[in-house]
Amino acid sequence: MSPLLQGMVTILIGVGGCVGYFYAANLLLDRVIFPPSGRDPGRNISRANAVRPWLFLAPAMAALGLYLVYPVVGSFWRSLYNRDGGSFIGLGNYTDLAADPAFRTALFNNLLWVLVVPAASTFLGLIAAQLTDRIRWGNIAKSMIFMPMAISFVGASLIWKFVYANEADIGLINAIRAGLGFQDPIDVIQIPFWNTFFLMAILIWIQTGFAMVILSAALRGIPDETIEAAILDGANPFQIFFRVMVPQITGTIVVVWTTITILVLKVFDIVYTMTGGNFGTQILPSYMMSYMFKDDGRATAVAFVIMLIVLPVMVWNILQARKEMR
Amino acid sequence: MAGLTLSGVGKSYGAVEVLKGIDLEIETGELVVFVGPSGCGKSTLLRMIAGLERITAGTLTIDGVRVNDVPPAQRGIAMVFQSYALYPHMSVRDNMAFALKIAGRSRDEIDAAVTRAARRLQLEPYLDRLPKALSGGQRQRVAIGRAIVRDPKVYLFDEPLSNLDAALRVATRIEIAQLKEAMPDSTMIYVTHDQVEAMTLASRIVVLADKGVAQVGPPLELYEKPRSEFVAQFIGSPAMNLLEGAISGTGETTEVRLAAGGGTIASKVPTEPGDKGRKVRVGIRPEDMEATDGEDYAFEGRVEILEALGEVTQLYFERADPEADPVIAKLAGVHAGLRGKTLRMTADPGRVHLFAGGRSLLWR
Ligand SMILES: Nc1ncnc2c1ncn2[C@@H]1O[C@H](COP(=O)(O)OP(=O)(O)O)[C@@H](O)[C@H]1O
Ligand SMILES: [Mg+2]
Repeated sequence: MSPLLQGMVTILIGVGGCVGYFYAANLLLDRVIFPPSGRDPGRNISRANAVRPWLFLAPAMAALGLYLVYPVVGSFWRSLYNRDGGSFIGLGNYTDLAADPAFRTALFNNLLWVLVVPAASTFLGLIAAQLTDRIRWGNIAKSMIFMPMAISFVGASLIWKFVYANEADIGLINAIRAGLGFQDPIDVIQIPFWNTFFLMAILIWIQTGFAMVILSAALRGIPDETIEAAILDGANPFQIFFRVMVPQITGTIVVVWTTITILVLKVFDIVYTMTGGNFGTQILPSYMMSYMFKDDGRATAVAFVIMLIVLPVMVWNILQARKEMR
Repeated sequence: MAGLTLSGVGKSYGAVEVLKGIDLEIETGELVVFVGPSGCGKSTLLRMIAGLERITAGTLTIDGVRVNDVPPAQRGIAMVFQSYALYPHMSVRDNMAFALKIAGRSRDEIDAAVTRAARRLQLEPYLDRLPKALSGGQRQRVAIGRAIVRDPKVYLFDEPLSNLDAALRVATRIEIAQLKEAMPDSTMIYVTHDQVEAMTLASRIVVLADKGVAQVGPPLELYEKPRSEFVAQFIGSPAMNLLEGAISGTGETTEVRLAAGGGTIASKVPTEPGDKGRKVRVGIRPEDMEATDGEDYAFEGRVEILEALGEVTQLYFERADPEADPVIAKLAGVHAGLRGKTLRMTADPGRVHLFAGGRSLLWR
């Protein structure tokens, strides 16, 4: 079967299945289980209506249970076992993690990522949104800034490998250095501590576009009159931006910030592609990857740690997003 | 000295001219109301005075100083927007204090000014609330308070009451009138499309139409001596009736023979012998129409619709041409039996207006 046909059939089966499910389930409920007849039809109708929401929720709950709850519980369970899953070792994997200096490096680096990347992306996105909103070629600038969003993390890393390449003929950084008269090229990826920040630059480069697009929409939603009132009140452009405009979109800023934070805690591709976790650039997801298929017990333990860290950010993110929608 | 003068002021957006050749002198302490149909440029003119729109022609002076290129905050004006434009993230207190904080005033000074304004506007209990926790009327008072705190030379209001419901509109209108009375030295410019607001608040009304000023004057002058058909129909509700005719007698009192039949009607508008035979339109306000049994009348028609409002009864006469505005009469008291009757209407000569070519013959 051609892939196109395959896709069509899948869509047909999926949509048809959904329609069929709801139709049949409702029919069953209304005709067979609680028919509006018998001794007390009114009561049957209200009972059917009480059950109906669950009918609609059931497929989603089943899917979430199968693909979300089960893996979480399963992973946790697996993390209590040893390397080959043969023997139960309790929290052994977790205590091993705590004792592993590599894990602590990863944790520390991840902390840096979480502090720097969302802050930098959001800030740069905010500035870009404001600056591009008022100029004629703003939309072109916006598209350019947004473009990296369309590139996969691995693709972006490859591009930046060229930027950071250890050769003046290839690497942008070293080309600039050579232009300034420095003789020997440097490998920026190997500079201890700072190399982590060079890796972060890649994700910031990607995420600034996202922040800019969302924040630009939010900035446009600010009523012009409040800005005009601030002009009449004598505020200068900086005061207008930081004291009148930004406070009006704090909700959106928080949503953008936390969304990027969650992403940061999951991205392993950049580190994996750029350094493979070497030169002290390890972060939790790449640390996890380095154990996957070698010691699944420990890998799942790391996964669980990551989940515990993401969870509160996520809850906050959802709460804020809901508040924004109201 | 004039508090504010506009000479030859105009505004174009690219090739589109919105306002042109506006000359106006506003004295210190006046409350001038700009009225005009929607889209005639009232807001644009106000925003040019505020400095939110660039003046593309002419000069604007405040207190004798040309301010065309002076930034808004230094013009000594404060503006109250239709949508209130409160800063949603700031408490009422901070909303009012913002301008003074920006200006770098001392805390004591700011507190004193905010407290004074809040007391005057009965906003003291709400000082620590956010705007979203206030009713529409309270928000509008905060917007006014934000203006008062700055103690400007000129207050600008852009349809400040149009977002309020009818009852609140009346109450706030009276508050603004009282505010003006309490601040006799401040100049206020008030934009509205509501003629009741214009008539009740204004010391002078500026009617804007056709990119310019149609007439300026005290409210009753505009009502009694409109310069043009446009002003005559714009001020007063329902609008003035206009009837075709030709001048048949001139002098202190002018006689007009009506085109639609009937006799002649007299008007106190004086005319010269040369005017004899001139085509004119006779303007009679609905409230000036009175029924007559005589042979000389301005209009004869069958009452098609009758609106009994208790205090007055409005009669809509049948039209020959369905496109034309109906002739309307507004009689005091209750006249329930008049529907379907054919009436002859006339008016006191002192209340009959004459227009030729759209211009009033009184203002030649
Ligand atoms: N930025 C603009 N560009 C072009 N035309 C405009 C702009 N702003 C207002 N106008 C035009 O100017 C006219 C006057 O608008 P406005 O002052 O808002 O009218 P009003 O307040 O009397 O209802 C309108 O016809 C409007 O279309
Ligand atoms: Mg307007």
